Amino acid sequence: MDTYDAYQAITDVAEDQRWAFGAGFDDPLSGVDTTIPDGVVGADLGAYCEMLGDDALLVSHRLQQWVAHAPELEEEAALANIALDLLGQARFLLARAGTVDGSGRTEDDYAFQRGAAQFRHVRLVELVDSDFGVAMARLLVFSTWRLAVLDRLRASRDPVLAAIADKGVKEVTYHREYAAQWVIRLGDGTELSHRRVQAGLDQIAPFVGELFTDSDVETRLAAVGVGVRPSETRAEFDAVLDTVLSAATLRCPAWSAPGGATRTAGDRDTLRRLLVELQSVARAHPGATW
Amino acid sequence: MTTVELHEHFDRTIAHDRRIEPRDWMPDGYRKTMIRQIAQHAHSEIIGMQPEGYWITRAPSLRRKAILLAKVQDEAGHGMYLYCAAETLGVDRADLTRRLIDGQQKYSSIFNYPSLTFADVGVIGWLVDGAAICNQVPLCRSSFGPYARAMIRICKEESFHQRQGYELLMTMMRGTRAQRAMVQDATNRWWWPSLMMFGPPDQDSPNTEQSMAWGIKRHTNDELRQRFVDMTVPQAEALGVALPDPDLHWNDEHGHYDFGEVDWAEFKRVIRGDGPCNAERVGNRRAAHESGAWVRAAAVAHAAKHTSTAASVDNQEVVHQSAQGGPHG
Amino acid sequence: MGDTPEDWPLYEVFLRGKRGLNHVHVGSLHAADAQMALHHARDVYTRRNEGVSIWVVASGDITASSPDEKDPFFAPSGDKVYRHPTFYAIPDNVPHM
Repeated sequence: MDTYDAYQAITDVAEDQRWAFGAGFDDPLSGVDTTIPDGVVGADLGAYCEMLGDDALLVSHRLQQWVAHAPELEEEAALANIALDLLGQARFLLARAGTVDGSGRTEDDYAFQRGAAQFRHVRLVELVDSDFGVAMARLLVFSTWRLAVLDRLRASRDPVLAAIADKGVKEVTYHREYAAQWVIRLGDGTELSHRRVQAGLDQIAPFVGELFTDSDVETRLAAVGVGVRPSETRAEFDAVLDTVLSAATLRCPAWSAPGGATRTAGDRDTLRRLLVELQSVARAHPGATW
Repeated sequence: MTTVELHEHFDRTIAHDRRIEPRDWMPDGYRKTMIRQIAQHAHSEIIGMQPEGYWITRAPSLRRKAILLAKVQDEAGHGMYLYCAAETLGVDRADLTRRLIDGQQKYSSIFNYPSLTFADVGVIGWLVDGAAICNQVPLCRSSFGPYARAMIRICKEESFHQRQGYELLMTMMRGTRAQRAMVQDATNRWWWPSLMMFGPPDQDSPNTEQSMAWGIKRHTNDELRQRFVDMTVPQAEALGVALPDPDLHWNDEHGHYDFGEVDWAEFKRVIRGDGPCNAERVGNRRAAHESGAWVRAAAVAHAAKHTSTAASVDNQEVVHQSAQGGPHG
Repeated sequence: MGDTPEDWPLYEVFLRGKRGLNHVHVGSLHAADAQMALHHARDVYTRRNEGVSIWVVASGDITASSPDEKDPFFAPSGDKVYRHPTFYAIPDNVPHM
């Protein structure tokens, strides 16, 4: 590499496979058959994609906030990988929503132009990571739940969801393992780390019931073989959490009971502040391409 | 072998453009200079995560968010490769981190400037990474083996970063008036600091001669600075941005671009710690390191409790088991 | 390694790519134990590319010779536990290197 031509670097369009999907110019769903399967209401499928997409988008956002603040350099790499995976899932899902709900919206339209009242995530994913113990407790719970859902979603009659789930299962298996390892280290580490991760689990406990509450959309889509009722993943979730928390010498909190309102977006302070950070730049330049 | 003979062997290795490896004898001055240079480089990569990292959560499109997140992750990786190379010389990464936080070791002063808008992300990729590449490509032939090899890996990734930054700017320059103004403003703020990345002028650079004799440095500061200017002016023209230097013009006689005088007083101030963001950058690094101490300590405590093979196998079983999950795992 | 109790020791990382014949040294990283080192190696050195075989070894467990055999100041070859072996050139068949 004795001579270096910066022009060469700039004009060389060889794709670098290390990059998260979507660093190229292509529309994420280009080349994929986007027809809605028989018997499926487009609005339902769109809402479902938004639900799964918003969950991933917001957890990714919380993980992105750890950049340059992680407890060690190696954890910077690991957390960024997880954030990239989830961002990738969000992009596919939100792009899918636009092709089925009749709006023709793009992934960016969903991410940046919807108001707080239009988001469809579970409240767990909004929580601020006040420390690494909370972050790992939330990531463990989220990943365990999401993996169980995606695992079942691989059999979806919607080929796009099935493909997204297939890729997602490999990724979220890794995320769950990462979080589990950390919860175990923190739980069975020092007295201080034990207290903090236990506190983290207790802090998220009130938001766990919502994860297993079936919404109308999920119930309808499960009935036509396209979606998954999250209540069906409860047993698996409990088994995994019990195993991990016991190895971590941690007390399993009393998770809140399912039932009641689910995925109701609200004008909550945490959400508003999150959306300001997420959306301000995009909204300051309406119609701009980036 | 006597020290004299070992020194002669060292000198011959350098003279023949071969690598010095970690177990080779080397003069104290060489070892110390190498440690300082590699550590500073590593610190720069880690500190450099901050000005761009700020914009990840704020990126105005999901694609740009993904690109920026991957780029900043690369920078963490570069820091790690470089700390590894420094550690081959007998220092410890945790110790180097403490010296950075305590202000005993430096990092590239370019990161003491603020990243005020999203256009800064593109301009940092274009100008700062561009200047870094100019500095780094020659280092791929550095006499110290681990450093040279780390630089080869880093250079590959960095050229991709520069490309992404430039591409963002091209998109913005074809966009709204506000976007174009943002790019011009960011360029105005980052141009001169980028020139300062090459260090003081040759006549004010006392270490250059020894560093070149040791094969640590392959070109002088002014040579590299000129190369960067010559490369970048046409890129600016292609973008449609003006570079904030009224004295910038092509010199046909020399075959180079003449450019204005860098404000070396500002450079010295920023190096000394008086730049707009010095305190913030180091403060953030300190906060991350200190607030992460309990986490690192927990991992060590856990490892100590499970050092026996049987215990650690059990642990692996648990995680493996839970990773299999329920009936569908 | 390191001065304070929370410092993580150094591990060397070896990778064998999908089409590779043997493991190659690619660098080092810090981890609290070997299991963590393995995971970190995946994150840092392979970007979780599948099909890459990873070995991690505590640096302190490596015994190394001196390439030059001209260093009487150091222990005779093979005796001293060497803290950090040399980096090897990156071969073509280790992915994403």
